[in-house]
Amino acid sequence: MAGSKEIRGKIKSVQNTRKITKAMEMVAASKMRKAQERMRTARPYAEKIRRLAANLSHANVTEFRHPFLIQKEPVKRVGLILVTTDKGLCGGLNTNILRHTVNTMKSWEDGGVEDIRVVAIGNKGLGFMQRIKANVVAQRTQLGDVPHLDQLIGPVRVLLDAYNAGEIDAVHLAYTRFINTMKQEPVVEQLLPLTGERLGAPEHAWDYLYEPDPQTVIEELLVRYIEAIVYQAVAENMASEQSARMVAMKAASDNAGNVIKELQLVYNKSRQAAITKELAEIVSGAAAV
Amino acid sequence: MAMTVHVDIVSAEEQVFSGLAELVVLPGESGELGVLPGHAPLLTRIRPGAVRIKVPDHDEPEIIFVAGGLLEVQPGLVTVLADTAIRGRDLDEARAMEAKRRAEEALASQKAQIDYARAQAELIEAVAQLQTIEQIKRMKNRVGGP
Repeated sequence: MAGSKEIRGKIKSVQNTRKITKAMEMVAASKMRKAQERMRTARPYAEKIRRLAANLSHANVTEFRHPFLIQKEPVKRVGLILVTTDKGLCGGLNTNILRHTVNTMKSWEDGGVEDIRVVAIGNKGLGFMQRIKANVVAQRTQLGDVPHLDQLIGPVRVLLDAYNAGEIDAVHLAYTRFINTMKQEPVVEQLLPLTGERLGAPEHAWDYLYEPDPQTVIEELLVRYIEAIVYQAVAENMASEQSARMVAMKAASDNAGNVIKELQLVYNKSRQAAITKELAEIVSGAAAV
Repeated sequence: MAMTVHVDIVSAEEQVFSGLAELVVLPGESGELGVLPGHAPLLTRIRPGAVRIKVPDHDEPEIIFVAGGLLEVQPGLVTVLADTAIRGRDLDEARAMEAKRRAEEALASQKAQIDYARAQAELIEAVAQLQTIEQIKRMKNRVGGP
């Protein structure tokens, strides 16, 4: 019975692995539903604040133009907010967004960008950016399953301050967009300066009364708008993470099942061979006597 | 039927309230702010505190606690963009500093250095919450409930 004990051990270990991947799949499936729900509940705020920002960016009640709305040329220094997951085992999700980001960074450098400052949200992106020796100016990891805006204010602020101080000319946001359970897409979007296409057309230019003054209110509004976009990105990233993990774990469970089937076949064959051999030995032994 | 205005209270994390109201009272930057239907367009900051909404056909107003935010008033629409966290120049800076510090010592994360600013903010929030609870209690007593 050469090796049958080893095969049995192997089968056991693959079965244990399958138990784990199966459990992770089910956990991810339930978390995914919640993450999608959170993504949806964040939409009304994002939509309302976008509408308001669009109205304001076109309202010419003041001669004041916020720096967030002014395009800078040429773009020499760029800030990048990179949203990744904290944990692995979610298929190619992080690999895809990191590859996409690195390609984008390379094309920026080819286009004359000299300085890229990275704000890493999520462990995987942080580790990667440190490995490639990128300039990581701020980070936030261990977001948990429920993203809170509170956790994102600081990291976003770092880049907004740098932008306001004129240290960077543009801010981009990289995350994985959730399309459906099977499909997630890595994207790098421009966050600052705010472009007209992102804001959309204003529906109605109200002649607002501002309190205390337009400058303060517009500043506060735009900062919240940026944060809302980042929050939405983090929420989408989490939904993407859970669905990618679910799919990856389902594939792993299926593969484990196949491996078990094959191993079982090998095991049975070797067992039968051993029995046959033993029988042949007995029969030939009996014949000899 | 009384005139009504549509009220939306949303935070970055969820929709808190959506419906019609006869009167909305908010904690404005410089004092309480009552908004009736047909109010002039207004855009302002609000402080942490209670938002009271007089819903038609209800004797008691809805009371919702907000941690500050922005208020937009159009003649037929009141939108409160509520914050989920107490905000302030110092506090935001402290948060930014913390994020930077984390990046610098990307190893073990230790206790944040924003204790002073955070404590102050938590105090403001706690006081505002207490006031809201007080208001709700008073409202209950006046109605004469048990």
